Amino acid sequence: MNLKQKCVYVLGGGALLVAMAGASAWGFGGREASAPAQETQVKIDNFTFGPQEVNVSTGTTVKWVNRDDIPHTVVSDDKTTFKSKALDTDDAFSYTFTKAGTYPYFCSIHPKMTGKVVVK
Amino acid sequence: MAEPKKDEILYDHHHDGIDRRGFLKCMAWAGTGAICIMKGGVMSSYSLSRLAELDPADMKGELSFAQISDSHMGFNKPANTDVVGTLKAAVDKVNALKIPPEFLLHTGDISHLARPEEFDTVDQILKSAVAKQTFFVPGEHDVIGDDGKGYLDRYGKGAMGNGWYSFDKKGVHFVGLVNVMNLKAGGLGTLGNEQLEWLEKDLQSLKSSTPIVVFAHIPLWSVYPQWGWGTEDSEQALSYMKKFGSVTVLNGHIHQTMQKVEGNITFHTAASTAFPQPQPGQGDSPGPMKVPAEQLRSVLGITDVNFVRGKEPLAIVDSNLS
Repeated sequence: MNLKQKCVYVLGGGALLVAMAGASAWGFGGREASAPAQETQVKIDNFTFGPQEVNVSTGTTVKWVNRDDIPHTVVSDDKTTFKSKALDTDDAFSYTFTKAGTYPYFCSIHPKMTGKVVVK
Repeated sequence: MAEPKKDEILYDHHHDGIDRRGFLKCMAWAGTGAICIMKGGVMSSYSLSRLAELDPADMKGELSFAQISDSHMGFNKPANTDVVGTLKAAVDKVNALKIPPEFLLHTGDISHLARPEEFDTVDQILKSAVAKQTFFVPGEHDVIGDDGKGYLDRYGKGAMGNGWYSFDKKGVHFVGLVNVMNLKAGGLGTLGNEQLEWLEKDLQSLKSSTPIVVFAHIPLWSVYPQWGWGTEDSEQALSYMKKFGSVTVLNGHIHQTMQKVEGNITFHTAASTAFPQPQPGQGDSPGPMKVPAEQLRSVLGITDVNFVRGKEPLAIVDSNLS
């Protein structure tokens, strides 16, 4: 291609990049384009998920850590969206929420233990 | 009728059930280290230190079996770092019973994490029991991760569905129920329709004079729902048992002995052989309760059950491991 066409290509590509960065900054993915992947921790202790309800943005990873002296699991109420194996003391389970919504969950071994992740 | 002895409580033969005040009085003593034995309509209490004085003839019946529960093989936290040792002590205790039990019932949480090596260890330890047969029902810990497949492969031969079954011993009908599968968020133990339909059919053709023993992990009565200590659909199951003269329900899960009588049904939970748990509402959570090391064995235990034909209900005796 001649020089003019190459220039158009470069300009076009550059403009596209700028546009994408701008879109991210304006909340296209719900967070700053340059921010690292977000993580929120939920501590499991005394047969409780703490905090019981967390509010996060899409793309956030929630990490459950079991500090109780008895094993627990983290299972979405529908039993399919996410389902950890048995977490013994100090074991952890992470899940990244890519879609907005409300995700109630429970411990499948001790079903009275319930929690909720609200993703916006 | 002879004057009752000081620590004897009589119940009224003419009514359907026990003198509740007398029963409760006896159970209050039990909390301080006594045991209550019912035989031929008379309930007597004995302090555990007098256990040796009990005449085997008082306890002898046509059928003797023992219940152990909640061995949690694999647990290794401060509440008990030697669940192998305490299970072995429980088996020794069972072997030392004056009337040798013909078989054992294990009411679940055999393992702590449903791992094969945990089940293996329990099976190994039970080989030293004089009673050569053990009947199991699963606890919620036994079905972790694989929907109970490992448990069923090992203990589910001849069982239906998720592991329920029945059998007869000397005219007593035993029913093993599973209430730890398909648990729902926020829920309690659950039996499910398929099991309930099977149970109704299983009991239908039995004569009302047949003594019934039902065993399941989670209590079939509402001990403390806030901690999941109950079964959602147990009322329906119990409704199939109304016609029987004697129904004994043996459970585990709560890691402490508790008893309740409702008409023709005696409910009883066994202690764990691994660790105790707090009394309902007496702690943050229903988890392992630490006690001073020298007290541990006094809060773990086994249950001895004797049936004397014509003398209902069954005699149920708890003893600890110290």
